[in-house]
Amino acid sequence: MNINATLFIQCIVFALLGLFTMKFVWPPIEKALDERAKKIADGLAAADKAKTDLALAEKRAVEELRKARESAGDVRASAERNASQLVEDARAEATHIIAQARQAAEAEAGLAAQHAKDELRDQIAMLAIAGAEKILRREINPQVHAELLANLKQELQ
Amino acid sequence: MISEHTAHGQSPGDYIVHHLTHLTRHTLADSSAKPQGGIIDWSVVNYDTLFFSASLGLLTVFLLWLGARKATSGAPGRFQGCVEVLVEMVANQAKGIVHSPESRRFVAPLALTVFLWIFFMNAMDLLPVDGLPWLWQTAMNNPHIQLRVVPTADLSATFGMSVGVLLLCIFYNIKIKGMAGWVHELFTTPFGSHPLLWPVNLIMQIIEFGAKTISHGMRLFGNMYAGELLFMLIALLGGAWTGYNAGSIMLGIAQVVAGLAWAIFHILIITLQAFIFMMLALVYIGQAHEGH
Repeated sequence: MNINATLFIQCIVFALLGLFTMKFVWPPIEKALDERAKKIADGLAAADKAKTDLALAEKRAVEELRKARESAGDVRASAERNASQLVEDARAEATHIIAQARQAAEAEAGLAAQHAKDELRDQIAMLAIAGAEKILRREINPQVHAELLANLKQELQ
Repeated sequence: MISEHTAHGQSPGDYIVHHLTHLTRHTLADSSAKPQGGIIDWSVVNYDTLFFSASLGLLTVFLLWLGARKATSGAPGRFQGCVEVLVEMVANQAKGIVHSPESRRFVAPLALTVFLWIFFMNAMDLLPVDGLPWLWQTAMNNPHIQLRVVPTADLSATFGMSVGVLLLCIFYNIKIKGMAGWVHELFTTPFGSHPLLWPVNLIMQIIEFGAKTISHGMRLFGNMYAGELLFMLIALLGGAWTGYNAGSIMLGIAQVVAGLAWAIFHILIITLQAFIFMMLALVYIGQAHEGH
């Protein structure tokens, strides 16, 4: 027996086994472990991203809600303002129209009164002349006595 | 120095026998101590089995502790990933076999430890078969001193573990079914509850427990013993070295080829045997949780 030789060859075999393991056994295990680690890392990253995304979305939703509420308030305020403006305008226009109508009516009424007065005056003048004619029993020439009649008219006014 | 040790002209038979002899008190120095008397001799302790199994057991729990200590909930590194894969694998197997979550809290970690421990003990087979013995002989300055480095190629070690599993089975039988329930099962299954069948049932149950335990320990021992023996036989090729001649060199090449082939195949065997031992331990303990 030569343990010297067999032990030496055993060591060669052991070294070869180590090489074999290094080349064919270790890499697949290593690869599987790396893949598993990567999968876990990816999963964790995705979860983190989803979490931040969710937080962002929530913040955005709150922001949008606030904006919507704000703009709704704006719309209502402006609508109210518009409505009150409309009412105001309408009221102003109505006042204006009423005033105008009153003015027109007054003017018309004044005119009519004037007209009636003038007519009345003319008739009174004619009446007075007719009366005077009768009293004086003489004819008065209106052309000749126009100045007289005008003076009378003036007095009657 | 080696040649001085090896110059005593061992025959191949002596070589094999020497390699298959355990380091005991008798072989260590004290020749007044009795050698192993028979198959069972409680007065003998195999120091080498004790040393290697204990140190590899410590290595196992140390590695697992290291994995647990560095565990993060983030992406694992390679080492943590490896431990995680093992833990996951064993936890899944245990979940499928032992249907009691309370028992699993103990049984699953036990199975993981057993698997890794047996794997490491089996892996001692891959080291050069004369390597550690030669170091030991050199250190002790005694070319005759024995050392067997594969604890699972020692029947005492494998039976120690399979008997441990048997005790766990008995413990869980009593815990789950109660003492009365278990005794009832011992007498009434598998054949029936007729009083005439009680002795038959009991004998059958004893045979079943015995067969489970013996086959459990024997299977691992047989595989590892045969593997170790084959490594020794392959080592004999180079051991026949007589100098730089064609025959010796051919034998040397044959040893390299055969040794490498067997070692590569053995990677599968050591893993498989460790896995089988773990699975059977789980199955037997799982059976203890269920009625027949």
